[in-house]
Amino acid sequence: MPLSDQTLARAEELIARYPQRRSALLPILFLLQAEDGYVSPAGVAQAAQLLGLTKAEVGAVATFYTMFRRRPVGKYLVSVCKTLPCQLRGSREISAAIAERLDVPLGGTDQSGMVTIEEVECLAACDGAPVVQVNTENYERLSTSEAMELLESLLRDEVPPPTFAADGSVTEPSTAALHWRLAGLGDPPAGFAGTAAAGAGASANGQAGERSIGREPSPPEPTEQREAGEPQPSEGAGAAAPEAPTEPEPQDPEAAHEAPGDEGPAPEGTAPEGSPERRQPADGPPTGRVADGGEGRDRSSTAPPDEAGEGR
Amino acid sequence: MTEQVQVLTSRWGEPDAYQLGKFRELDGYASLDAAFGKSPEDLVQVVKDSGLRGRGGAGFPTGMKWGFLAKGTGKPTYLVVNADESEPGTFKDMELLERDPHALVEGVIVSSYAIGCRNAFIYLRGECGWPGRRLQAAIDAAYDDGLLGRNIKGSGFDLDVVLHRGAGAYICGEETALLSSLEGQRGQPKLRPPFPAVEGLYRAPTTVNNVETIATVPWIVRNGVDWFRSMGSDKSPGPKLFSVSGDVVRPGNYEFPLGVPAREVIMDAAGGLLDGKTLKAWTPGGSSTPMLTADHLDTPMDFEGITGAGSLLGTAAVMVFSEDVCMVRACLNFTEFYAHESCGKCTPCREGTDWMRKILSRLESGQGRPDDMDTLKDICDSIFGRVFCALGDGATSPIVSALKFFRDEFDEHVSGGGCPFPGARVAVAAH
Repeated sequence: MPLSDQTLARAEELIARYPQRRSALLPILFLLQAEDGYVSPAGVAQAAQLLGLTKAEVGAVATFYTMFRRRPVGKYLVSVCKTLPCQLRGSREISAAIAERLDVPLGGTDQSGMVTIEEVECLAACDGAPVVQVNTENYERLSTSEAMELLESLLRDEVPPPTFAADGSVTEPSTAALHWRLAGLGDPPAGFAGTAAAGAGASANGQAGERSIGREPSPPEPTEQREAGEPQPSEGAGAAAPEAPTEPEPQDPEAAHEAPGDEGPAPEGTAPEGSPERRQPADGPPTGRVADGGEGRDRSSTAPPDEAGEGR
Repeated sequence: MTEQVQVLTSRWGEPDAYQLGKFRELDGYASLDAAFGKSPEDLVQVVKDSGLRGRGGAGFPTGMKWGFLAKGTGKPTYLVVNADESEPGTFKDMELLERDPHALVEGVIVSSYAIGCRNAFIYLRGECGWPGRRLQAAIDAAYDDGLLGRNIKGSGFDLDVVLHRGAGAYICGEETALLSSLEGQRGQPKLRPPFPAVEGLYRAPTTVNNVETIATVPWIVRNGVDWFRSMGSDKSPGPKLFSVSGDVVRPGNYEFPLGVPAREVIMDAAGGLLDGKTLKAWTPGGSSTPMLTADHLDTPMDFEGITGAGSLLGTAAVMVFSEDVCMVRACLNFTEFYAHESCGKCTPCREGTDWMRKILSRLESGQGRPDDMDTLKDICDSIFGRVFCALGDGATSPIVSALKFFRDEFDEHVSGGGCPFPGARVAVAAH
């Protein structure tokens, strides 16, 4: 089973915090993700059993929230804000450059499994635009070249301190550690820093190094800003498979509408799953959602048919 | 000239204020004695008298909201703090939690005592790492110090606080969706009535209040109603955090009394436009509030003033756009956001946001048609007021307001075969 006996005991701790067991579902999904790297079919089954729910109920919840993954993510999750205040200051350029360097579409993970790159919506730090996060820690006001420096560090398994390092902020050493933290059980146990030597400068005790990326006292260069509001240079920087206009299923790297377990645990985006982007033909308001399922969330109101463990 | 005030921001200049010891030195938790010296009913009355209005966007009077909590139901009463700050352009609650997390804990204690809550929940965005760790550390320190748990400070009052992390969904900032999410369900809004005050979390009486609202309560309890009402206007009293972002020299959070003219927030506090550019448009309260223009700079930034100008104060997230921001592209960016974040429950919002995204996308890429603007308006009409929650209504705000003030720009996209702004290509979300 995905959760070890030891972790299962901790899950009970989470459940005990709430007047009703089901309230612990989101924390438990984070916990499963910490141990498995993603919300696996077996994890869905275990959560269902733990909380007295059906697998369909758990699957319906897991597919609703963008932070629950249906494929493993890299050790470092790089999230670039794409909402307007960040876009005006160059965030699109950053995400495109990172995706190109990693040679994956947005949402994808590089070959080494070290870095996953995604674009996300507003991260509530618009004064620090453009905002890049590593494992949900902010690296603010980065130029594209600073962002690329950050990326190269991560690829070497080194984590530079985040923008607010001086104030005590540290970056979680791995997505596993991050997801453990999000479950609400405090510091991740030893071993959650990932296999490689835990990122330099982000030791678990919270002592960050002195170098901090970004946070310039002056506003960023205006010249960079306008080039910013720009699109991905190619449609998702690589892995652009032909469009499949009649295919109703999304071909998003995250496979947004899939039930957990429909695909094996291939790292996100490493499979040639098609373009993350489907430009629409210039025809009137489309009458359906055909060929455009790229949203990061399953918005259908019902769960897929008892999906959850069947991919095994 | 309106002076900036330092109430919620009063400890932000002190780097160690997040620590309990320092927080106490700065009069932190000083409101507890004052609160426990009053009856819960009196405390609710104080908040009612203060005129405090919710800081999360809707501006509903907080005391009145508390007053609606059903009594004698035999069920517990819950306080749920909405820390799911996700409205584009809004970053006040996260900075507050980073710099002064005990201020929220103090507010939770006082507010819980007032409404008779023994189990409070704070629903915090999953994507915000550092505010989360600061807040959890503050909660832990408060427990260790006897400020949470059993018999707080000998008052006989018990309170447990659980920090609950969201998992990536803007819609969970909507209170009924937030409660669904906290119950372990998909974060979809519910029809009201019944309002959460009657049937909220676990179908028990519940109040959902924004971080800034709850952090304001101890100040009112400590300093009194008259002090609070000495700031702002009669209907919109008190201090307020304004998040300024976009094309300004000094983006950041600024605290002013409500009613400060927008000009002073944008042009003075935030330093005006970058590189001496001219102001084209600004949002008073996030992307869900209709954009205003340079003609509205003297509008007082309170609930009435901004409503009078045809918009909404919302979260007081002022996003500033200069002359070289393409309004079609701006609308496209915001619409991508709504299309992505629509929970899918209501058809007009689910389908309409996506249609609008596609139309704006083709306008931007030079494939627009002359009747596209009418179609956009028509879709907005079909969404606004025809959906469960404010997300759909909010999705129409940028488009309706941009068409109102910058219609020519849309037409130019059609007649000129694409975006007239430099560097413009289609900026469609690649996900």
